[in-house]
Amino acid sequence: MSDYMDGNMLGGTLGELFTMDVTAATITCVSCGASWAIAETHVYPHAPGMVARCPTCEEVLLRLVRGPGRAWLDLRGVTSLQVAVPGG
Amino acid sequence: MAAVRDETATARTIVLDVPQWPGHLAGQHVDVRLTAADGYSTERSYSIASAPADGEADPPVVELTVQRLPDGEVSPYLTQTLAVGYPLELRGPVGGWFVWDPDGPASTRPVLLVAGGSGVVPLMAMIRERAAAGSRAPFKLIYSVRDPGTLLYADELARREQAGDGLEVTYVYTRTAPPGSSQPTGRINTATLASAGWPPDRSPAVFVCGPTGFVEAVANLLVRAGHGAGGIKTERFGPSGGKP
Repeated sequence: MSDYMDGNMLGGTLGELFTMDVTAATITCVSCGASWAIAETHVYPHAPGMVARCPTCEEVLLRLVRGPGRAWLDLRGVTSLQVAVPGG
Repeated sequence: MAAVRDETATARTIVLDVPQWPGHLAGQHVDVRLTAADGYSTERSYSIASAPADGEADPPVVELTVQRLPDGEVSPYLTQTLAVGYPLELRGPVGGWFVWDPDGPASTRPVLLVAGGSGVVPLMAMIRERAAAGSRAPFKLIYSVRDPGTLLYADELARREQAGDGLEVTYVYTRTAPPGSSQPTGRINTATLASAGWPPDRSPAVFVCGPTGFVEAVANLLVRAGHGAGGIKTERFGPSGGKP
């Protein structure tokens, strides 16, 4: 049984950090170079915080922890974040 | 909470009156936070079942359909304890990827929706939005459930399909088919997708929502049948913290 979910579930907490929705943004994996929407990443929510892994190589892309009054975003496995900006 | 509607023996639709609702897109979800008297708090995501048009009404209405999980921490409260008039803490709408927009650039493309169990909830918002917006995009829904008793929105889907304006629904029963049905039980397979879906050359927009194993299986079948991975959007939920 697969015990992961996906990056759609990161939207609420990421929305507290970014001014726009970034679950539709494209990220590129440091390890294998594959590009995925954040929504498509495999998310393991059982750790303290949420760990998003690359659907291609399963390396860690990012970790997101939300504590009282504080959030940590660790983007260790991401080379770039490409966001569509409305209005050009 | 403004009203409540039982959908099945274990699922309930919660109708929320949300002041200053900023509007949503079909497919988005909200995060619901419950806080106990001792300060312990926990959060779950639930897909929005209602059409964006309902969120633009006065007062704005947002509906969630919650499936009760036997060992759940949040869903038993939402489906059994929460009563009309109780307040609920929401964050959202959340998510901009698993969405269908009748005014978007691909709005006339055929759409294939594939639901596993309560994964039908965000897809129902798309079906409702299609009707509310008067969209003519042809929609097909393949809806897999364990047995007829777990079907959500059965009457409404039948009514919308009978309207004959471009929505087709195919049910797949994994364990028990309706009484008198000659339909064999089983999982969605290549033949189901070929007969009840769109051929790849129609380049449909595909939305698949259900438990992780279901989503992986269906997405793999679609890619093997020749659908481009770029046209397939998926949303998974699991036993904890998941949607819907």
